[in-house]
Amino acid sequence: MLYTFCFYLFAAVTVFSAIMVIASRNPVHSVLYLILAFFNSAGLFVLLGAEFVAMILVIVYVGAVAVLFMFVVMMLDIDYSELRKGFQKYLPIGGLIGLVLLAELALIGFGWGLGGVATTDPATATPPLSEMSNTEALGSLIYTKYAFLFQMAGLILLVAMIGAIVLTHRKRPGVKKQNINEQVMRRRGDAYEIVKVKPGQGLS
Amino acid sequence: MMEIGLAHYLTVAAMLFTIGIFGIFLNRKNVIVILMSVELILLAVNINFVAFSSYLNDMVGQVFTMFILTVAAGEAAIGLAILVIYFRNRGTIAVEDIHLMKG
Repeated sequence: MLYTFCFYLFAAVTVFSAIMVIASRNPVHSVLYLILAFFNSAGLFVLLGAEFVAMILVIVYVGAVAVLFMFVVMMLDIDYSELRKGFQKYLPIGGLIGLVLLAELALIGFGWGLGGVATTDPATATPPLSEMSNTEALGSLIYTKYAFLFQMAGLILLVAMIGAIVLTHRKRPGVKKQNINEQVMRRRGDAYEIVKVKPGQGLS
Repeated sequence: MMEIGLAHYLTVAAMLFTIGIFGIFLNRKNVIVILMSVELILLAVNINFVAFSSYLNDMVGQVFTMFILTVAAGEAAIGLAILVIYFRNRGTIAVEDIHLMKG
């Protein structure tokens, strides 16, 4: 009973906030609703027994991606009301395509019998919770069977990081920066010179 | 009240997916909201993966959810970086003005 209640609560809030993401006037509100959607889908994941993925969703999406969105939305100085001019114009065609897509998904769902799944012989069965926690089971899989894919995920993140830095980095003129090479290569002779000054003449 | 089954989760995921597609069409001018819609679509896919993983009693679905999460994070980072330099160069992010490559 509690499970059912929690499911409907999480699902309803997720779908509502997803609608608000695309429909709200202010992009800052959109990002905040996106965060709400992520939190509630993390709740759905917990209901499904995938605690680790749920926590990763909160950390990665809410803690990183959504904050990145928020940062960009607030950093760029854009007249958002200008960008919303075509909202009414695109509403019919967008709604039509959305309805067609939903109808197709429903057709697939009902044609497939809604849950008539072959549950026989999973390739890597979930161990019972009394034996192994969700995190432990996931770890015992990604560090053994999917180790290469795991490494590949790390590489993707590295490439994304380097790409983002290279794209957004710019050299600004007039900024004083430390040049370590120059500092290390500096010798005594570069720093000063000895001038013999004759008495009474001074230094020109 | 009905017992919550796989179909319930798939319905939620289908709704999220449709809302994501709808959002791309609705906000044709605003790249930031389009990127957020893509995140919603990826979230729908993740819900599908985890639901099947739970109901088929198979762990691989959750493993792949993590990989999708990785790719989604990278995609968001790169997309927003491109957005920032585009704004820096052109002073606007309206999708209609992005036609330098004549695509």
